[in-house]
Amino acid sequence: MSQHEKSQNFLSKIKSNRKKRFSEDSVFRATVLLIACNIFIILGLIIFKITQGAWLSIQTYGIKFLWGTTWQPFPPDPTVPPSFGALPLIWGTLITSAIALLLGVPISLGIALALSEFAPKSFNYIISFFVELLAAIPSVIYGLWGIFILIPFLQNNLYPQLQATLGFLPFFQGTIRGSSVLTGGIILAIMIIPTVSAISRDVFAAVPNSQREAIIALGATRWEKARIVMGYGRSGVIGAIMLGLGRAVGETMAITMVIGNSFNMFTSLFEPGATLASIVANEFTEASSPPVYISALMEAGLILFALAIAVNASARLVIWRSTRKIKEAEML
Amino acid sequence: MRYKIEIQSLSAWFGSKQVLQDITMRIKENVVTAIIGPSGCGKTTLIRCLNRMHELTPRAKVTGRVLLDGEDIYGENVDPVTVRRRIGMVFQKPNPFPMMSIYDNTVAGLKLNGVTDKKRLDEVVEKSLRAAHLWDEVKSELGKSGASLSGGQQQRLCIARALAIEPEVILMDEPTSALDPTAAAKIEQLIRILAENYTVVIVTHNMQQAARVSDFTAFLYLGKLVEYGSTKDIFENPKSELTEKYITGEFG
Repeated sequence: MSQHEKSQNFLSKIKSNRKKRFSEDSVFRATVLLIACNIFIILGLIIFKITQGAWLSIQTYGIKFLWGTTWQPFPPDPTVPPSFGALPLIWGTLITSAIALLLGVPISLGIALALSEFAPKSFNYIISFFVELLAAIPSVIYGLWGIFILIPFLQNNLYPQLQATLGFLPFFQGTIRGSSVLTGGIILAIMIIPTVSAISRDVFAAVPNSQREAIIALGATRWEKARIVMGYGRSGVIGAIMLGLGRAVGETMAITMVIGNSFNMFTSLFEPGATLASIVANEFTEASSPPVYISALMEAGLILFALAIAVNASARLVIWRSTRKIKEAEML
Repeated sequence: MRYKIEIQSLSAWFGSKQVLQDITMRIKENVVTAIIGPSGCGKTTLIRCLNRMHELTPRAKVTGRVLLDGEDIYGENVDPVTVRRRIGMVFQKPNPFPMMSIYDNTVAGLKLNGVTDKKRLDEVVEKSLRAAHLWDEVKSELGKSGASLSGGQQQRLCIARALAIEPEVILMDEPTSALDPTAAAKIEQLIRILAENYTVVIVTHNMQQAARVSDFTAFLYLGKLVEYGSTKDIFENPKSELTEKYITGEFG
């Protein structure tokens, strides 16, 4: 073989090798893409199956399901057909989530600020560790703790005090029940703290130190510095709060255990109630007949699903937009 | 001319590493004093000790005294917050508050002092932006974000922000190192004008800049004050061989 032929041979070898490698590469790429696309298939199938299950209820009650206030799978008069409306459930979901945000967000922001602005490093690790541990507790454990420790405490100590001082407000009137909407909201508040505080802490930690130095050099106190940090991370914090809201809206086990499970268009927070999630968890075992009963539960699930997706999607959008904004500002 | 700041045997540490060793110098009122020296010689630490910013770094330590108008800013009953309201600072990289408008950036420090009177704020905004030679460029768009300005404009906004609280001393930490030459030249002109009313201390690694803008120059090397005198003397007949070597570019 001449020198020239040798090199030709060598070149063609490289070429065929490259071809082979290229085809392997494309196979790998297609496989990975296909696996990634599964996420759409799974999501699509879930939406499809729930809608299919809810179809009977949607057909029977139409849009009125959203503001109906009766939930009678077995009407006392057997000749009357069962009727379902989800307003008290939507109401319960919204109010418990609102209580969760009202109580949970200030605490979470306090934790996040303490971690990013004030606390010494070693203390930071400990607090972060415990906050993240809080997120790892199974929700049924929160429920158990709620029933056996939180409820007796609230019912005997905090709630009577609350009624004595704020009893003139309609939300704090009537008989005090331990298993109530307020207890549900309090449990949710505790459960959203890890999410909201961890994301807020990351948002605050990402605020450039030059911002802190700028305000300190103007003679700011620590609180004024913290306000600048919060202002800089404002949209990230809104995103964190909305992720917390997503968690509160969808939380099922713990709230089912403490809310009292009563289909009830409550005005007082001391009354028992139910949420979209809790009614599904609580009633699906007994909903074998009539068929429209299970379908109504499916529709409650569908509303919950839509609500959770909407809240989470907008949270992600807000966080994404805020980080993009910060990046743009830094590039200038 | 009287002395505005007297630094008396000032030493500073980061953890166990000593970055300033027994610095003693007096800074005159209403002049520009430049601090020069190679990277890592402690010049930034030195000015950060003058408004008590150094101690904000974890494990940082300071000993010695810094007298502002004869009163020790490290004294027992002195609140660092009050010190910083009398001594303004401009940083190496422009750091306006991006979520605030140009207007709000300018009066951010004033609002900390509880000023809310709209008329007063309007006046201070115009006065400070004029003093920072930015007014004509931004007067029609005061509501725009501070981050929308160019780098040089941002730095002048930061100077306006520092001026708005009417400090007596302005510390500048390499204020032009992140800027292009044209923007840097504008800041240098501004520094000369500021010296009519303020005591300016500027850290720079650019010797030409020190020669152009300052009246007095201090040369720092390895955390020690090597030589301090009028800028003319330092650049034309330095007493120390080390200073001469640095100025002629033999190291640094």
